[in-house]
Amino acid sequence: MAKKPDLLPGTLDMLILKTLTRAPLHGYGIALSIKRISDEVLTVEEGSLYPALQRLLVQGWVKAEWKMTETNRRARYYTLTDEGRKQLGLEVSEFERMIAAIGRVLQDPQEA
Amino acid sequence: MSKLLLRLALLLRRDRFRSELDEEMVFHRAERQRELEAAGMSAKQARKTAALEFGNLEQLKERSTEAIGFRFETVLQDLRFATRQLRRNPGFAATAIFILALGIGASVAIFAFVDAALIQPLPYRDPARLVDVTESIQSYDVRANLSYPDYLDWKRRNTVFSSLDVYNGNGFLMNTPDGPKPMSGVRVSDGFFKTLGVTPVLGRDFRPGEDLPGTADIVILSYRGWKQISGGRADVIGTKVTLNGTPYTIIGVLPESFDFAPTGGAQFWTPFHAQPGCDLNRSCHNLNGIARLKDDITVAAALSQMQSVAAQLEREYPGSNRGQGAFVESLAEGLVGDYRPILLTLLAGAALLLVIACINVASLLLVRSESRRREFALRGALGASRTRLIRQFVAEGSLLTALGALLGVGAAYASMRLLRGLVPINMAWRMPFLRTVGLNSHVLAFAGVVATIALCLFAVSPMLRLPAASMREGLQEGGHGSAGRLWRRLGANLVTAELAVAVVLLCGAGLLGKSFYRLLHVEVNFHPDHLAMIRVFLPKPLYPNDQTVITLQQQILARVRALPGVQSAGMTTVAPLSYNGNTDWIRFVGRPYNGEHNEVNERDVTADFIPTLQARLLRGRLFTDSESLNVHKVVVINQKLADIYYPGQNPIGQHFGDDGLSPDSIKEVIGVVDNIKEGALDSEMMPAVYYPLFQSEDHLVTLIVRTSQSESSLLPTLATIIHSIDPGLGIVDPSTMEEYMRSSPTAYLHQSSAWLVGGFASVALLLAVVGLYGVIAYSVAQRTREIGVRMALGAPRGSVYAMVLKEAGWLTAIGISLGLIASVGAATLMRGLLFGTAAWDAGTLASVALVLGGAAMLASYLPARRAASVNPVQALRAE
Repeated sequence: MAKKPDLLPGTLDMLILKTLTRAPLHGYGIALSIKRISDEVLTVEEGSLYPALQRLLVQGWVKAEWKMTETNRRARYYTLTDEGRKQLGLEVSEFERMIAAIGRVLQDPQEA
Repeated sequence: MSKLLLRLALLLRRDRFRSELDEEMVFHRAERQRELEAAGMSAKQARKTAALEFGNLEQLKERSTEAIGFRFETVLQDLRFATRQLRRNPGFAATAIFILALGIGASVAIFAFVDAALIQPLPYRDPARLVDVTESIQSYDVRANLSYPDYLDWKRRNTVFSSLDVYNGNGFLMNTPDGPKPMSGVRVSDGFFKTLGVTPVLGRDFRPGEDLPGTADIVILSYRGWKQISGGRADVIGTKVTLNGTPYTIIGVLPESFDFAPTGGAQFWTPFHAQPGCDLNRSCHNLNGIARLKDDITVAAALSQMQSVAAQLEREYPGSNRGQGAFVESLAEGLVGDYRPILLTLLAGAALLLVIACINVASLLLVRSESRRREFALRGALGASRTRLIRQFVAEGSLLTALGALLGVGAAYASMRLLRGLVPINMAWRMPFLRTVGLNSHVLAFAGVVATIALCLFAVSPMLRLPAASMREGLQEGGHGSAGRLWRRLGANLVTAELAVAVVLLCGAGLLGKSFYRLLHVEVNFHPDHLAMIRVFLPKPLYPNDQTVITLQQQILARVRALPGVQSAGMTTVAPLSYNGNTDWIRFVGRPYNGEHNEVNERDVTADFIPTLQARLLRGRLFTDSESLNVHKVVVINQKLADIYYPGQNPIGQHFGDDGLSPDSIKEVIGVVDNIKEGALDSEMMPAVYYPLFQSEDHLVTLIVRTSQSESSLLPTLATIIHSIDPGLGIVDPSTMEEYMRSSPTAYLHQSSAWLVGGFASVALLLAVVGLYGVIAYSVAQRTREIGVRMALGAPRGSVYAMVLKEAGWLTAIGISLGLIASVGAATLMRGLLFGTAAWDAGTLASVALVLGGAAMLASYLPARRAASVNPVQALRAE
């Protein structure tokens, strides 16, 4: 049975896109990268990662191609497209707006 | 656009997509395994952990595919699978589809009639502004016809109608090469068609003033009349047709679509041309009015103005207009209002049948989902997502519903045509809306809504049986613990509801059937068997005066009496059982009179009329034919008149006359006859006077003949005899009295509602009993092991019977009790349709309970027997 992602809904796509701004990566690499950068706070379940990647692929926000890894194995590398970069901008600003809004709600409970 | 292309590309390269996905995932697991090994895990342990972390590989793939796939692709898959499922179980599929088609078909067919009669607007211009306008008799609070002088005043004085017109029916004899043919006609005021907003398709409409006496004799043909007399030739305009011996110039032809229910299938429309006599008499009410409301006037406002106009006239003409009020209602109400209760009752009946059908199919689906629990648990384990499983139910439900609905609509179409064809022509003329009954957009939308509701029910009910937690349980062997009990409870509730609904339908059918029986057996106070009736029309030009009329009538009677088998024959102006009306106002000699209207049915009859009916003479004597011709005027009254106006007195020898007591009108009461039913079967008894026919002259009489032989075979003979006396006579409506009773509109409506609701009820009975059988049989199947254990422990077969029958008995008892309560409520709602039968008619309720209870016991006996014949050893070994 699928495990539930620990992420806020809707943020996985954004995290994947952001990770890919640094360099093209394969699926495992993306999961690893998110885990490391977030100091192991965010773990991306495979059950969510691959459907998400297919979704991004269909939207045209990422491209995929088969390459060899440093360890000489065939892996599918995902690259951010221009459209994906635009989408990332949109999602980040939307996300920040929401975080700010949540922050406001949490900060001033007395005034409410 | 590019996204669509991308998707299409992915769709076409699906296999590659899958293998790529596989490879990608294998890579992922390998990398994870390496990482774990690097952290110090053994290779075997690392591989296991990686695989566990990855989770359900198939489900993951499914979800990834879903992310890229087109919805319709999986929908098609679901549908294909659903088709396969249904095909594999044709008995189940056929039963479910058939039951559904039955329910949907019945309700759609009835709805089509409701739509045509009550929802679609009348086929006239701006029909919402049209009203029905007549006088009313305040003392009875019922509508009554208008008199022509009143109409002229109403027309002049009102400010609420943009136009007000009148019509009345009028029979004609048309000259044809084969002799005179009776045709039906209507006299209308000049603006009649303009008020309705109908324009002739050929020729012209009446012009203002053309309805005044002394103007040219012109006629407009109905479309049917046009086809009939000229075969539909356009050059018919300007030619003449001879009606009642007078040539009329044809000036127009009405559109084919034109129908006006109150005038039936009239072929000729002539201008009113008021005649001396009734037309010019303010107290002779023979007209019906229609009007078009001015733009900002409501029906209520129009009614209140017409009431004040009527009140003015009452002051101005206290003699004729005392108690004459006004009555205004929307034309739609006037034309179809009578059919509303019966149509709504039928729709309710069909809806109940649909409910039963849906419950039945839903329980079939439940049973099936129960037996498929393992299949679904397995599919879940193999990676089918929950949504996908639910979609599977929806797909199966959709397929069933779509097939059921399609078949149902087809059946509805067929039954619409059948039902329409079954309506006798004399009834069809009164219901022009029948012509518009069909599969129009309203009806199809209704079918769509019904199917959607059914679909929701069918998709949801098996889903109830799919809680996430039960999947694992479903995989376990056996698995009919709590779930089986849950279904049994649910199924039991459904079947109770089903039985209750069946009781309501059965009671409805029983009450309507009883009403119909009561109606046909209502006390008419004469013997309706062995009576033949025929109406004879004497054209005025051929029989211009009393003497010629009387001679002819006597001649006809003499010839008819000489026929073999004929016991007696008489004539009347208005046939019994036709209507209350053609009334007279009487005033009693020697009593104070303050202008009140003593309204009585007036019938002019020959001496033999009452003996022919075999109605009882209660007092005094009847008149004789020779006396009929005397100057001395006599009258026979009915018992009702005696009860009302001569309470506790002997009316014989008393005198009364018209409201002015003109010397010519004074008559002596010589006899009191039993209350012969003059009005429709379900009407109230009214006081009546029987005058000698030969003391009046009348041009349309009904000949009634009592024979000892078959009365129906006498009818053609009567026609031949009348025509052999004078081929110029018109003959209308030959019928036996019993046929006449059965085919009267009242009887017809009672009969058809009883038959239709009876049909619904029998299907409902069948479905409910089958439903009960299903629940009990399922319960027995689930408890085979338990029963086996009981029997192994020494329970006698009798106790097993008792156990099963008790379960069924409870369900039936609860269902029937609930149903009986609901029935009394439902019957109270439709009490307007009942005749001589109370809503809580104990006999009907008891018989329904007995029939349903008996059928239910029979249905549960079969599973009980199966339970009792369980072999304990086999039952225990089976699991």
